[in-house]
Amino acid sequence: MATISLQVNGKSHVADVEPRTLLVELLREHLRLTGTHVGCDTSQCGACTVWVDGKSVKSCAMLAVEAEGAAVTTIEGLATNGKLHPMQEAFHTCHGLQCGFCTPGMVMRAAELIQRNPNPTEDEVRHGLEGNLCRCTGYHNIVKAVLTAAETVRGGAQ
Amino acid sequence: MSDQGLGVSVARKEDRRFLLGKGRYTDDVSLPGQAHAVFVRSPHANAVIRGIDASQALQAPGVIAVLTGADVAADDLGGIPCGWTITNKDGSKMVAPPHPALAQGKARHAGDPVAMVIAETRAQAKDAAQLVDVDYDPQPAVAHLNAAVAPGAPQVWDEAPGNVCFDWHLGDPAATEAEFAQAARVVAIDLTNNRIAPNAIEPRAANGHYDDVNDHYTLYTTSQNPHLIRLLMGAFTLKVPEHKLRVVAPDVGGGFGSKIFHYAEELLVLWASRRVGHPVKWTSDRSEAFLSDAHGRDHVSHAELALTADGKFRALRVRTLANMGAYLSTFAPAIPTYLHATLLSGPYVLPAIYAEVKAIFTNTVPVDAVRGAGRPEATYLLERLVDKAARELGIDRVEIRRKNLIQPDQFPYQTPVALQYDVGDYPATLDMALEAIDYGKYAERKAASEQRGKLRGFGISTYIEACGIAPSALVGALGAGAGLYEAATVRVHPTGSVTVFTGTHSHGQGHETTFAQLVNERLGIPVENVEIVHGDTDRIPFGMGTYGSRSAAVGGSAIYKAIDKIVDKGKKIAAHLLEASVADIEFADGKYKVAGTDREKSFGEVAFTAYVPHNYPIETVEPGLEDSAFYDPKNFTFPGGCHLVEVEVDPETGEVDVVDVAIADDVGVIINPMIVDGQAHGGLAHGIGQALLEECVYDADGQLLSGSFMNYTMPRAADLPSFKVGNHVTACTHNPTGIKGVGEVGAIGVPPAVINAVLDALAPLGVTDITMPATPEKVWRAIQAAQGGAA
Amino acid sequence: MKNFEFHRPQSVADAVTLLKGHEAAKLLAGGQSLLPVLKLDLAQPSDLVSLAKIPGLKEIRSEGNDLVIGALVTHDEVANSAEVKKRIPGLAGLAGGIGDAQIRNRGTIGGSLAHADPAADYPAAIVALGATIVTDRRQIAADDYFKGLFQTALEPDEIITAVRFPVPERSAYAKFPHPASKYAVAGVMVAKTAGGVRVAVTGAGPKVFRLPALEASLGGNFAWRAAEAVEVSPGDLRTGGEASPEYLAHLIKVMAKRAIQACQ
Repeated sequence: MATISLQVNGKSHVADVEPRTLLVELLREHLRLTGTHVGCDTSQCGACTVWVDGKSVKSCAMLAVEAEGAAVTTIEGLATNGKLHPMQEAFHTCHGLQCGFCTPGMVMRAAELIQRNPNPTEDEVRHGLEGNLCRCTGYHNIVKAVLTAAETVRGGAQ
Repeated sequence: MSDQGLGVSVARKEDRRFLLGKGRYTDDVSLPGQAHAVFVRSPHANAVIRGIDASQALQAPGVIAVLTGADVAADDLGGIPCGWTITNKDGSKMVAPPHPALAQGKARHAGDPVAMVIAETRAQAKDAAQLVDVDYDPQPAVAHLNAAVAPGAPQVWDEAPGNVCFDWHLGDPAATEAEFAQAARVVAIDLTNNRIAPNAIEPRAANGHYDDVNDHYTLYTTSQNPHLIRLLMGAFTLKVPEHKLRVVAPDVGGGFGSKIFHYAEELLVLWASRRVGHPVKWTSDRSEAFLSDAHGRDHVSHAELALTADGKFRALRVRTLANMGAYLSTFAPAIPTYLHATLLSGPYVLPAIYAEVKAIFTNTVPVDAVRGAGRPEATYLLERLVDKAARELGIDRVEIRRKNLIQPDQFPYQTPVALQYDVGDYPATLDMALEAIDYGKYAERKAASEQRGKLRGFGISTYIEACGIAPSALVGALGAGAGLYEAATVRVHPTGSVTVFTGTHSHGQGHETTFAQLVNERLGIPVENVEIVHGDTDRIPFGMGTYGSRSAAVGGSAIYKAIDKIVDKGKKIAAHLLEASVADIEFADGKYKVAGTDREKSFGEVAFTAYVPHNYPIETVEPGLEDSAFYDPKNFTFPGGCHLVEVEVDPETGEVDVVDVAIADDVGVIINPMIVDGQAHGGLAHGIGQALLEECVYDADGQLLSGSFMNYTMPRAADLPSFKVGNHVTACTHNPTGIKGVGEVGAIGVPPAVINAVLDALAPLGVTDITMPATPEKVWRAIQAAQGGAA
Repeated sequence: MKNFEFHRPQSVADAVTLLKGHEAAKLLAGGQSLLPVLKLDLAQPSDLVSLAKIPGLKEIRSEGNDLVIGALVTHDEVANSAEVKKRIPGLAGLAGGIGDAQIRNRGTIGGSLAHADPAADYPAAIVALGATIVTDRRQIAADDYFKGLFQTALEPDEIITAVRFPVPERSAYAKFPHPASKYAVAGVMVAKTAGGVRVAVTGAGPKVFRLPALEASLGGNFAWRAAEAVEVSPGDLRTGGEASPEYLAHLIKVMAKRAIQACQ
């Protein structure tokens, strides 16, 4: 077993895990943060996307021990005091989710995308979501949501 | 009247929990003391199991039990049943082989579960599963349809000679032959409809708990229809009475058909819980899903169309081979028959049709419904054939369709393949789609593409589908083992809020919003005061679930019917309160009024009176305001429309880029346009995926070569354009909502439009055929072959 | 995934000691190649030695005419580095097309090169740019580094610390990605350097390889038409994959042409 300490959604945690424990397993099974999902076993679907030190990563392709000392943000940590992040809000208003299963990973990646590229084109959004699969929406409204959220954030910054 | 009723894009009530990461999917359910199951699956497509040695696995850390087919047999678990029986041409019944929950003596496809390892943790169960020593004697296997029907092919089942499950037909062979005999033109086509994997992003999972103190079973499972699973488990597989069995389908991460069926794993976790004394949880890996979730499509067809010299359709004959896989999944036999052959008239006047369908066993994963189920196969066949006819007869592709479409004044329209379409306006949707894509300027766009070195193609598909499944008496006569009505209970609470218990299940469709809108439409209650409950057999009286685009049309109609009963009861109470005769009470805008007066009582006042019956006609009206309804549809519903696609082909690499998609559908009355559009978008992605990207590739020995997201291409955001979606409404004539259904239209209509567009782009190079998925290499090879042939 | 011991050494020397002490140990950098392999039990190391806490492996710096990229620099950092974009835009472009955004946030150049996936993108850049692999003990020339399918010149206990790229006059990479995995079905990097033109192909063979005839003709006249004359024998290309050798041979030509055009 290995002992690791890390921050998740602003809270410090110390956990004893087998070294083979994936970050997503730590989140879901040890910390019971089940908002982060697992949709594949080859790191394609992106449902498990979280932020590690502010960057979106696939938590199924990272060991929990690799997150030692890191600050992890999951979908549960994105809203502040019950107020949805603009990306969550835009997914709601644009109907960017249906079954909701890919949504946490999609939102985490999309939120990072507009943080790094505040004024993306539709094409940049579509390519920027290459690491996330959705079977329900055909991506149409997801793309619309990302563009909408980017506009909201830009508007707020002015 | 209302800003939340029919036709309003109310933002979804269910979104918040999903957006906050607080959805509760089956794998999120952890039960105290739960153990974990991992399945040992056959690596061989066909193998005799000579023995299973679990001794090493049983010694491994944390292992609680290793269960095999022998244990399943010893406990007398029933085989996984098929819910539909097809009658052969000769009057005999189809071959329905046994389907044991764990293989007994033989494994019949790669992925067939052979043993179940239960351990304290999932990792321990996985480790131990590798220690189960199965002594296989591999046998020759067969995976592909044409190989399976060839003389001397390996036999999947001794009781199915030639691997034929059934040999069935529909239509009038004599009338069809007569039309062909005098036809001016006959156009023929050979088609393959590629096998696809459903791939809901949530893998299947199940968590079973047997409570020995109360002798009660609870199953959490990823299901589109928990009552159906309870029915099948109660009656056939687990064999326990239904009052002892609770099935919960909590939040479910997409279904697309794959979560309709009763699967061995959900039965086995519950059974294993009884044996080991712990709750037992199983969650599928994606690679396991490829080998255990029912696949879709997999048809090989030959079709011929008889036409007059000026392009009027006269007759169609079709011969189809349909792959069933190694076992019959729950609805499998219905797909290539009653959901495929019955659709072969499409939206066209086609006086005579004769279809023959042979269902074939192979050593592959079972094939059953995937989004569209039978209707995409029929549409693909017809729309490819119509395009080929247009080309061979030198008629414009739009015009040949326009010339043959059923006209609005021809409804109700009886097809020669059993269905009677109630209503539609196919020319209207055709025109609407052409306008949306700006067809008039297509030539300019084609020229611009050519400037960029790209070959542009335009593809069209005018389609119809049958959904709102289904009239019980009709499907019973056709071989179904169950009725296909839907149930609803509407509970009005004393202060006027409402809970609706629906037998449908929402796994992305947004019922918690749209069904609340139905209540709002009828009772005037804000959607915030309406709660929709689904997915739990202990909470909902009964239901048949969600598939076949039936929830709004059938489940919504059940809700309307229950509301009607409530409104009627409320009239009696209101009549008493208003001191008027019941016959004079009108209900509108959420108020009971005495006709022709301004005397009124709000719905809330009536509800309160029903529960606080101090001033109440208690001799004639029971207290309380709650009612249930079962709604059995009178007919299928028939959405239809036109899907248009423009592609650009890179002639150097063979890559196909879908650059524009415009569709016009008639899905009947629309509750929530935003949600309806979203359903169309998802279906389009699914259909474009089938046309260009997706395929379950088996080698000749039955090994699935595309068994992960590394090699099975799922559509990504960058593979698709934004979609232009339009609707032209004709209301369904036979249900109280006017709704037809929208969940599958995209996947049904668009695949032939994509392929027709690709072939249109490649036509100048001499290419006349391509199979789905039209991958870059296939397109490149088609170009090479055509150019080589021309040289 | 089988269990293993996890180590987090603070120096390259300590990491080497750990590797020497555990025969079945494996190095872990960003893990984007290794984790999927471990999850499928395709490798079952006794020990994983993480490089994450070792200082000095994450720098991008110019040294004379060379650009030196530390082994732990992520694909995303290469793609977005002002220095890389300015000096070798073709390399930044290549890195920006690896996998997807999340993979680029974790995956590292050193990890990719140590793994030596025949369909990875970086090998094309290493060979075409004539880069040098810098390890804890020596410098390995690009042409000597890749030995075969997942095979490199590295000793079992040898650690890549950096990659040294001579800055070319111009370079570009064109890739035909696998639609599902996003790995290269065929990727071609073309570089015009002081020492001549180098063209490297990844994805299509058991390991990255050069196209000497095309290099020679481009050396004479750097024009895309040269690619049309390239003859790649399908017999030298990967078989058993989803793309046929004939198609791969064709794609190499097309990607070579596009890379040359992108260099203009």
